[in-house]
Amino acid sequence: MAQITYREALNQALREELERDERVFIMGEEVGYFGGAFKVTDGLLAIFGEKRVRDTPISELTIVGAGIGAAMGGLKPIVELMTINFGLLAMDQIVNNAAKIHYMFGGRAKVPLVIRAPQGGGHQLGAQHSQSLEAYFLHCPGIRVVLPATPADAKGLLKSCIRQDDPVIFLEHESLYGVKGEVPEEEYLVPLGRANVLRNGKDLTLISYSKCVYDSLAAADALENQGIDAEVIDLRSLNPLDMNTVLDSVRKTGKAIVIYEGWYTGGAGAEIVARIQEAAFDHLDAPVERVATLDTPMPYNAKLERAALPSPAKIIQVAEHML
Amino acid sequence: MDIGKDLLLEMYRAMVRIRLFEGKVRDLATANEIPGFVHVSIGEEASAAGVCAALRKTDRITSTHRGHGHLIAKGGRLAEMMAEIYGKRTGYCKGKGGSMHIVDFNLGILGANGIVGAGLPIATGSALAAVIAKRDDVTVCFFGDGASNEGTFHESLNLAAIWKLPVVYVCENNGFGEFTPMQTVTSVKDIAVRAQAYGIPGYVVDGNDVLEVYRYASEAVARARAGEGPTLLECKTYRWEGHVVGEQAFLGSGAYRTEQEINEWKARCPLVRFQKFAAESGKIDAAELKRIEEETAAELDAAVKFARESPLPAPSEVAEDVYV
Repeated sequence: MAQITYREALNQALREELERDERVFIMGEEVGYFGGAFKVTDGLLAIFGEKRVRDTPISELTIVGAGIGAAMGGLKPIVELMTINFGLLAMDQIVNNAAKIHYMFGGRAKVPLVIRAPQGGGHQLGAQHSQSLEAYFLHCPGIRVVLPATPADAKGLLKSCIRQDDPVIFLEHESLYGVKGEVPEEEYLVPLGRANVLRNGKDLTLISYSKCVYDSLAAADALENQGIDAEVIDLRSLNPLDMNTVLDSVRKTGKAIVIYEGWYTGGAGAEIVARIQEAAFDHLDAPVERVATLDTPMPYNAKLERAALPSPAKIIQVAEHML
Repeated sequence: MDIGKDLLLEMYRAMVRIRLFEGKVRDLATANEIPGFVHVSIGEEASAAGVCAALRKTDRITSTHRGHGHLIAKGGRLAEMMAEIYGKRTGYCKGKGGSMHIVDFNLGILGANGIVGAGLPIATGSALAAVIAKRDDVTVCFFGDGASNEGTFHESLNLAAIWKLPVVYVCENNGFGEFTPMQTVTSVKDIAVRAQAYGIPGYVVDGNDVLEVYRYASEAVARARAGEGPTLLECKTYRWEGHVVGEQAFLGSGAYRTEQEINEWKARCPLVRFQKFAAESGKIDAAELKRIEEETAAELDAAVKFARESPLPAPSEVAEDVYV
């Protein structure tokens, strides 16, 4: 297997799907000549041309809406939002149209649209450029929410998203683009809705997704030195949400922490906690805990930013308290 | 432009179907036989009929909250439309859409939309799809004067202009955004002039003259189909009824227009205008128009009967079609 970065893995997925299916095309701000603000679409314009790799004006609402119209017109658009922070300008088209069209038109219409967007904090970009907004989309039925953590998942999940017919918000963490990992050389897909148990353990379950998976793995390593055997689950997607894998683990360990970079209040972790207690209350030895971003706008100063974000140390602290 | 007799009759039939269907919907809503908000376009029939007469079946349209007329003009079936408004399983959207969300993809209808201005990007994207898929279909986007103050209007015209997309933007300016007079919230007298800002043609059209609408639409559609890019048409018209059926109940003393104004526009009825043209041109016999009216009345009676007798959806259907 090849060692490639998360960024390269995404680029490969896009290239392979553009080659495989002529209905696939990409549009967004800076995706063509510049190769994407995070260089995910680098080189695709040279291969596929301006017709299928389209630089757009800075018009997020209309880019997403045009993606919906093109999807209803029989194509498979991939819209890149430069970051999810700017995606808020497109919320009407995402929530009122993409997510609802299949349902409110009685199943007569499909919107096979993939919206890719980087997100996440940790780079001292301040309050408007550091958000993790997956919970906004998770809240809305009708739209898939996918957040890969590893290069292999980034490629395999993106290809699956492009091949299925529901609208998708595909959120890539900005801290992960340079992360390397093994990616199969041969064609493969990672199916949506199947969580990945990255580490087996019997004492505690750490449930996370996206960048927080790495924080969870680091915390599990540290806890091992204290004789605590933590299981680590990467959810991979929040919609569909693989609660079976989560519940199997929690029934075994009796304790769980959900780690996520969205805000603590109303974050995706709150939903997972609720579902655990609904389905596995009798198996729990302690309340299910959350480690998330503090309920503040993201500060600029690096020390303050670290204080706001989840971290391995914060996970360890909560775990020690639970055990 | 000489318009053939078959097309003339088709346009008249479209206007009659809209007029009778919407009159019936208004009456049923007033009698509380159908639920929800209904927005009717009585008085505005010529723009829908004239524009859609310039389209092929494979051409596409997007519509608005006041969308029954566009759907009917594009060939929508009255029975399934009425069943949808009744919330029945046999409706176009299985009772899940309602008046504001009717769709028929087989007729190139990409749906009515309850969000003002939301159809503009979708129509633009539909036109983009035709370009990428190498189809010479055109997309028409219907919207109101209110939508021309939304960001989507400006973003979409810009995008369609830079990419020379095969789309025709049809602004139906009925003078009011809900209860607010257009001129009090709009920087220009004619919305058509906003086309200049995007380097595309824009025309003011008499929206109550179906023949004039058809001529302008034909030219704009031909331009789009030839790859010459988008056009903005502003059809000046007026809605005889309120923004929403039943608004008198909550308007109270807030009357936002006068009886005199309404009556002046009723005197410019697009159907009567066509009847006069038919008589004066000698092209069409009054009996032919009469026959269309009778056939449509029968079609409408059958549609209401179908809707009334159709089954309601089962509660178990609530979670169907959230995902593909």
